[in-house]
Amino acid sequence: MCLAIPVLIKSIEDKEAEAEIGGINRRISLWLTPEAKVGDYVLVHTGYAINVLDQEQAEETLALLREIAESEEAG
Amino acid sequence: MEDKILLAHGSGGRLAHDLVEKSFVRTLANPLLNRLDDSAVFEVSGKLAFTTDSYVVSPMFFPGGDIGKLAVCGTVNDLAMSGAKPLYLSLAFIIEEGLLLSELEKIVNSVQAAAHEAGVEIVTGDTKVVPRGSADKLFINTAGVGLIPEGVDIAGDKAKPGDKVILSGAIGDHGIAVMSQREGLSFATTLKSDCAPLGGLVADMLNASRNINCLRDPTRGGLASSLNELASQSKVSIKIEEKDIPVREAVLGACEMLGFDPLYIANEGRLVAIVPAEDADKIIKAMKKSKYGRDAVIIGEVVAGPAGRVVMKTVLGAHRIVDMLVGDLLPRIC
Amino acid sequence: MKYITEFRRSELAQGLISHIRHRSKAPARFMEFCGGHTVTIFRYGIRQVLPQNIEMVSGPGCPICVTANADLDKAIALAKIPDVIIATFGDMLKVPGSRSSLQKIKAEGAGVMTVYSTMDALKAAEDNPDKPVVFLGIGFETTAPTVAASILQAEERGIKNYYVLSLHKLCPPVIRALLDSGEVELQGLVCPGHVSTIIGSHPWEFIAKDYGIPCVVSGFEPLDILQCVDMLVEQVEKGQSKVEIAYRRGVRPEGNRQALKLMEQVFEPAPAHWRGMGEVADSGLKLREKYRRFDAEANFELKPGPVEEPAGCICGDILRGVKKPADCPLFGKVCLPESPVGPCMVSSEGSCSAYYLYGEGRGG
Repeated sequence: MCLAIPVLIKSIEDKEAEAEIGGINRRISLWLTPEAKVGDYVLVHTGYAINVLDQEQAEETLALLREIAESEEAG
Repeated sequence: MEDKILLAHGSGGRLAHDLVEKSFVRTLANPLLNRLDDSAVFEVSGKLAFTTDSYVVSPMFFPGGDIGKLAVCGTVNDLAMSGAKPLYLSLAFIIEEGLLLSELEKIVNSVQAAAHEAGVEIVTGDTKVVPRGSADKLFINTAGVGLIPEGVDIAGDKAKPGDKVILSGAIGDHGIAVMSQREGLSFATTLKSDCAPLGGLVADMLNASRNINCLRDPTRGGLASSLNELASQSKVSIKIEEKDIPVREAVLGACEMLGFDPLYIANEGRLVAIVPAEDADKIIKAMKKSKYGRDAVIIGEVVAGPAGRVVMKTVLGAHRIVDMLVGDLLPRIC
Repeated sequence: MKYITEFRRSELAQGLISHIRHRSKAPARFMEFCGGHTVTIFRYGIRQVLPQNIEMVSGPGCPICVTANADLDKAIALAKIPDVIIATFGDMLKVPGSRSSLQKIKAEGAGVMTVYSTMDALKAAEDNPDKPVVFLGIGFETTAPTVAASILQAEERGIKNYYVLSLHKLCPPVIRALLDSGEVELQGLVCPGHVSTIIGSHPWEFIAKDYGIPCVVSGFEPLDILQCVDMLVEQVEKGQSKVEIAYRRGVRPEGNRQALKLMEQVFEPAPAHWRGMGEVADSGLKLREKYRRFDAEANFELKPGPVEEPAGCICGDILRGVKKPADCPLFGKVCLPESPVGPCMVSSEGSCSAYYLYGEGRGG
């Protein structure tokens, strides 16, 4: 459940931010993620950022999946 | 003149006559309309296509168009889907008392611009005004007549196994553009409605090949619903590939946000064509040279199978059924 | 789109599918608790690509599906009060209550407004100061903190006509109740993704410790689900049972401290009625005394009328994973997306809706 999508923070004003995904812009609330900064990607659920996405972790996950795909192809 | 539409404007008296003459006829001027007879009289020989549609879109103005442009393109496109060259349209307004004259005039200008591009004339019309609350600002009905060239026979039940399914461009633009203006959803986008007259595109396609079996414009209910209709009418199954269906990033973004599937979002300037496999390439070539067909692509094919079934191969290589849209699209949180 | 397209890549999916097929030997039944996971599984046809020895079963993690008729009747009763505007997520609009639905009473003239966010509801309250705006609070731990934040904002902005009808529910207690019932035997649990974003991964420890069931927290893209299944298979084949996070970019073990703080500030646990499971202790949220003035139940007289359950509907059994949609005598015949009898068919992530719309039960 809980549709939450990754959006990019373009600007911050107090506890709200202008965020963008695929050219769609929306005002979102940072009440639950006061640590978010401009340039961060956050997961947004019903207009509120619930998490700052961890770029490093995302890259590690993709690298792991690439490894698995390569080993399966070889094996 | 008054700056708001009053009940009197629909009553057939002086006020009504002035409105029609000054706001409508002046803008839409053409020999048939200018006569202001009870009916437009003209001669046409050949097979005719005839269609009607009513337009109730809210909000009336949206990025890329308005209800006026929609009213022309929608009906023109229905004619084009039979392979017809659209000729004449009727235009009937049902106006809610209190509508701003300036808004109505903007819309009539859009009607004229769209009609001009589509190569059709508005030859007859009607105006009614209803009390406040009886209509949502403005309802428009247009009916249209078109001429089908000799030897052209396009219908929903002509798809055959082996035929290719062609889509003329990216899906979802119109629905998302309109939605972005709705209250309660508040998102901004530079996305514009794809609303466009497709008579020219169809003519270009027919020039490349007369062997077009089916044409449909995926409006309400989206691509999914149109494919289901065609599969049902032709008593075949249709197989499409998810990776081949063009969707703009902005549409994907809005769909992700609101929980929609682009397959179900309305389009107003796209068509689906089902054509024999050996004609597909030259038809696509012709489409790509035409103004509204630049992104034409083959998205699947017709196969023997249960009548009315549409199946999509997902990016995982698995298959899932694509059903018709049920009810309304509602944004979801889950 | 960043963080989305990359996690749908076909070649990486093939790698995972192959990996799972090679390593999965033991028969395994995995439950995806969360409705959002159910949607991904059906939308991409994930069941079709998994080996035969893995069975996926859907759980009660659809907050719409588990909302009891009695609770929905309260919302409908509120909407019928003159001048009251119910602001609701779109998901709830078509769900049938005992006698009606929000969509039906909206057509009859009741004030019902669909919103994407509580931010929209707050704005509606500000724009209509003489009308009470009641936000219908459904959703699990992902949504509850956002509603808590909306109440705090209403307080900050001095909005006097904003209320919340809290039907929020908590996941861990109902999973425990489900496992205690012994009705479904599971070899693994696909743990909710965004609920875990808020509460972290520690609340799932009891499942691994007390019930010996492997748990992996999953994201919502097809690669996420496949990676999760891959990790569950690894635990099953090695005889392990622990809690792991596959969704590392979106979940930290400690969760979102700020969200938890706000949630605890505004809400407290209360008993809640789950469709198909009855009352589960401490599995719901109600507004604390301090925020009583925002509580719709405390400020309006609700006369919802007697509760009626639809005859023949087995949504409850389906939610517990005990029966499948095809087992329901009404499925596909009387109960259809355009004429739903129960919420499992209405909600976009209800099992029945997913089965029907994506055709799993109709031969792919």
